[in-house]
Amino acid sequence: MNRFDYIKPASVSEAVTEAARPGSAYLAAGTNMLDLMKVGVVGPERIIDVTGLPGLADIEWLTDGSVRIGALVRNSDLAYDTRFAETFPMVAEALLSGASAQLRNAATVGGNLMQRTRCAYFLDPASACNKREPGSGCDAREGENRLHAVIGFTEHCIAVHPSDFCVPLVALGAEVEVESLDGKRTIPLAEFHLLPGDTPHVETALRPGELITGLKLPAQAAAFSGHARYLKLRERTSYAFAVVSAAAALDMADGRIRQARIALGGVAAKPWRAEEAEASLVGAEASPSVFARAGEIALAGAHPSGSNAFKIELARRIVARALALALEGTPEAMPALPASPFSTLSGETSGVAHVA
Amino acid sequence: MSPDTQSTTIPRHVRHGSNAGQPVSRRDGVLKVTGAATYAADNHPEGMLHAVIVPSTIARGRVRSLDVSAAKAHPGIVEVITPENRIPLHFDPNDKMPPFGFRVEVLQDDSVRYVNQPIAVVVAETLEAATEGARLLAPRYEEELPRTDLDNGERYDAEAVGVGAPAVTTAGDIDAGFAAATRVTEAEYYTPPQYHNAMEPHAVVAEWNGDHLTLDMPNQALRMSAASYAQYFGIPVENVLIRSPFLGGGFGSKAILNGPQILGILAARQVGRPVKLVLTRAQMYGPVGHRGRTWQKLRLGTDAEGKLTALHHTSIGATSSFDDFVEPAANTSLMLYASPAIRADHKGLRLDIGTPGPMRAPGEASGSAALEVAIDEAAQACGMDPLAFRLANYAETEPTSGRPYSSKALRECYEQGAASFGWSNRPLEPGTMRDENGFLVGWGMGTAVFPCPQFPAEARATLRADGTALVETGGVDMGQGAWTALAQLAAEALGLDLDQVEFHSGRSDLPDGGVAGGSGHTASAGQALSNAGSDVIAQLSEIAVNDPDSPLFGAGNIGVVAGEGRLYRRDDETRSETYAEILARAGRAELVGSGKSGRDPASADRFAMNSHGAVFAEVKVDPALMQVKVTRLVGAFAAGRVINPKLVRSQYYGGMIWGISFALQEEALADRRTGRIMNADLAEYHVPVNADVPEMEAILVPEVDPHVSPLGIKGVGEIGVTGTVGAIANAVWHATGIRVRKYPIRLEDLLARR
Ligand SMILES: Cc1cc2nc3c(=O)[nH]c(=O)nc-3n(C[C@H](O)[C@H](O)[C@H](O)COP(=O)(O)OP(=O)(O)OC[C@H]3O[C@@H](n4cnc5c(N)ncnc54)[C@H](O)[C@@H]3O)c2cc1C
Ligand code: SF4
Repeated sequence: MNRFDYIKPASVSEAVTEAARPGSAYLAAGTNMLDLMKVGVVGPERIIDVTGLPGLADIEWLTDGSVRIGALVRNSDLAYDTRFAETFPMVAEALLSGASAQLRNAATVGGNLMQRTRCAYFLDPASACNKREPGSGCDAREGENRLHAVIGFTEHCIAVHPSDFCVPLVALGAEVEVESLDGKRTIPLAEFHLLPGDTPHVETALRPGELITGLKLPAQAAAFSGHARYLKLRERTSYAFAVVSAAAALDMADGRIRQARIALGGVAAKPWRAEEAEASLVGAEASPSVFARAGEIALAGAHPSGSNAFKIELARRIVARALALALEGTPEAMPALPASPFSTLSGETSGVAHVA
Repeated sequence: MSPDTQSTTIPRHVRHGSNAGQPVSRRDGVLKVTGAATYAADNHPEGMLHAVIVPSTIARGRVRSLDVSAAKAHPGIVEVITPENRIPLHFDPNDKMPPFGFRVEVLQDDSVRYVNQPIAVVVAETLEAATEGARLLAPRYEEELPRTDLDNGERYDAEAVGVGAPAVTTAGDIDAGFAAATRVTEAEYYTPPQYHNAMEPHAVVAEWNGDHLTLDMPNQALRMSAASYAQYFGIPVENVLIRSPFLGGGFGSKAILNGPQILGILAARQVGRPVKLVLTRAQMYGPVGHRGRTWQKLRLGTDAEGKLTALHHTSIGATSSFDDFVEPAANTSLMLYASPAIRADHKGLRLDIGTPGPMRAPGEASGSAALEVAIDEAAQACGMDPLAFRLANYAETEPTSGRPYSSKALRECYEQGAASFGWSNRPLEPGTMRDENGFLVGWGMGTAVFPCPQFPAEARATLRADGTALVETGGVDMGQGAWTALAQLAAEALGLDLDQVEFHSGRSDLPDGGVAGGSGHTASAGQALSNAGSDVIAQLSEIAVNDPDSPLFGAGNIGVVAGEGRLYRRDDETRSETYAEILARAGRAELVGSGKSGRDPASADRFAMNSHGAVFAEVKVDPALMQVKVTRLVGAFAAGRVINPKLVRSQYYGGMIWGISFALQEEALADRRTGRIMNADLAEYHVPVNADVPEMEAILVPEVDPHVSPLGIKGVGEIGVTGTVGAIANAVWHATGIRVRKYPIRLEDLLARR
């Protein structure tokens, strides 16, 4: 039996001390971690439950206008925080497009960043998977891979990172605050998740035992609040991971684009920021053709990793569409079907105000 | 707790003498939403152990080794059952148990024939220990290359398809039919493997007491199953008691015996203690049946007027390497459209998979998913509106035999469905409708059809001295509302209010309630209950009209009518008496009546019998991203007499939602190399969520059928799936101009062509 010690530290310093010992893993809400333990994908010897740590469940507005989100803030609490949703509407929309209400009520910010891929072969201990068991091979490459990566993958791993939340976050230049026995540091989210290379089991820039304590969104990110959307294509209207998704945000001045932010989900092992595509828009007059071109540029390096060529075209189109929706302006209230292409179908809203 | 301990709280004035026909809410509803309803796995008899199956991870080969000693050394493990030590069964599991039995995998040898086949059973004091024991067995295999697809499976000529249906049927001269055609449309269609995925997993709590066996298990066919278990274990059938008060869905997967449940019972016998065995969600993908894949081909010949001259439907159906359930998909074409020549033929395809089985509308669901699109394509080729085309080919009599229908209000279904949907505004050309947001809009339709069998069933009714009644039959409520509709029929026959009738059901020691399958449960068990009630009333009348002290004395020739717990003289309602009064004067503590159901063979011969319907669907499609959403569904169904419109509507809604699932979402993804199902959980095996379900309407088209049964009930449980799948696919075509001939319709199918 996978016997493990259960430790519930009362302070961050206690947590990082405990986690420094080998075989340890942090446990937050467990919506991902416990599933993986049950099917035998992970089997930590020591579980450090972080949910009791003080001071990590706050949304804190700093004087410079930036915001600090504690690692233990629940996904739904963040999405339904009025000021947060008004300032960073596409982040709220992404959060509400993920999982189900029950899961969002439990899942934490830190856990969302750290959630593992949904690659079916990773989740099946009887399959070969370099991520789960380095050197064993990658059964996804010749298997069921229509939802796998089209950017940044290698022969060693073609999995995607499944988070919705991380997509607008990386677009807005979020930073991850971490702490360990060696002290605190800050890692830009764009550098937090790693592409597989030949070490797909190394998924993040976190060092062993390092704890995520919070996230920071810079004050400048608020400049996009009026023109920001998250759009997510799914195989059912809700409660499904993205086939592809895009966060798009514009900072408009006199009909021209002053700055743009674009990131893609479901295409790579990390939330994929498309900086060249963003640059192509700066100073341009918004139009379908510049948006389409941005989509082309964003997917310039893409190629299929399996039976998933369609995702490339879909990703181009979703970038263009997300930009077009962003240009229309952030909706006054959260659509009833957040991030759905059909969000306009219903007059109802979910009751979350975007803009006061 | 079961519903028979609950009294219903329906205002009495709602009914005026009639129970049947009323939209009574489910009698078990409160128990279910409050968690008070006990399902099989909620039972914990004294001394109970936990058993788990060890599922194979390969599809073909044999088990080379199991580390039994490692498992046995684990604390809490009581027994590890493998082919080497499993106690013998009294019926060969490699034989098919009549009438519907399948070959089952119960550790008869070390061969592996599909993924998730049980290769051992671990019994332990706790579920955790059993689960760990299963892991410690660390099976090693001798693996052979599995056959997983059309190109490596073995094709064969099936002797029969479905449950004993003919594999090949020809009516008329098919070659002559095609020769006479001015136009022939031909296309191939694919339907994927789908799994029942009932909310409640298959479970059994088995307790042996000497040679007596008590089973708590979800079961759609109580008596038949009890008889089968008795044979497997070599005990008299009266010694087997199955209790199945509630099922968390069945959809056909709980009607047929399967390996894991037999193994749970066997484990209890082998260790001499009660045992509980519950499948995990992932373990349900293999040993408990599924809807098998089909590769279908349809060829339709039409003449200049758009009338069919020939209809040829071919289907290859996947089955296991060791049993023969082939989806009877092509036979759907025998039921619906008039054509001078029709041919339906099937082939089987042997794959290394668990044996498929009946799943909600077996045959008709997959068959109609192809046929209704083919009909749409033929209408398109003829330049005709799809409804007009269907009306032009309306079958006034059964297409293959010329027999009259016992009743068929399909024309009314078309009319009422089309009117409510607004079908007459549909442009013929695809890709021409847009909504105010720029989404492509498409309208499609499909015809729904399903047979309406009536099975043998029995029931008992006991009228008590106080004028209330107890009615009993071993019926099955799997969520469809049998506890309610069956009680309504009994109350109706007894002339009592529903709350005066105590209803016992869901046990195999009650009179045989038959099978809850084939959409025939209400027609079967309901008829038996109704007859039992009538029997009691006849006995009571006999007493009253012969009793000089009764106001009904001498009414023998005129007759009496039962209602509100009284008998009335038929020609004079002022002369009446309560049941209690009649019984008291006669000195009778109770009157017991019995009833049976079974179709009159003469009617069955003379008439073709089906339920029918017409489904209209609207979809919206994002013109660039090609995501599809069903935005409207209207179904009009004619299925004989409606006992409870609320429950019936729920069945139609459920069926139509299943249609959304089939058309756009459901598919088990088996890895070609290993046969392992890579999405064997409800996060990745998609079925609709609330946000997928549009505005729906189910129209109950009246239909009086004097031939199907005395009560005139057909069946409503499965028909809603049929028609809907094709309607949605046709709507997607109408929105986009793209014909997708494989299910589920996916983003890439539409994206690639736009
Ligand atoms: C059915 C289902 C559907 C889902 N659908 C979606 C979806 O559509 N979109 C989406 O984005 N997500 C989806 N999710 C994933 C969900 O968002 C994650 O499971 C959740 O965010 C994880 O948070 P948690 O607090 O439960 O983390 P846990 O499960 O507790 O932990 C997850 C991982 O994070 C690590 N961890 C947790 N906290 C910290 C910390 N503070 N520092 C360092 N490491 C830490 C753990 O060690 C573990 O490895 C779905 C999940 C399920 C089960
Ligand atoms: S794609 Fe990555 S996660 Fe999936 S099997 Fe291959 S190595 Fe493992």
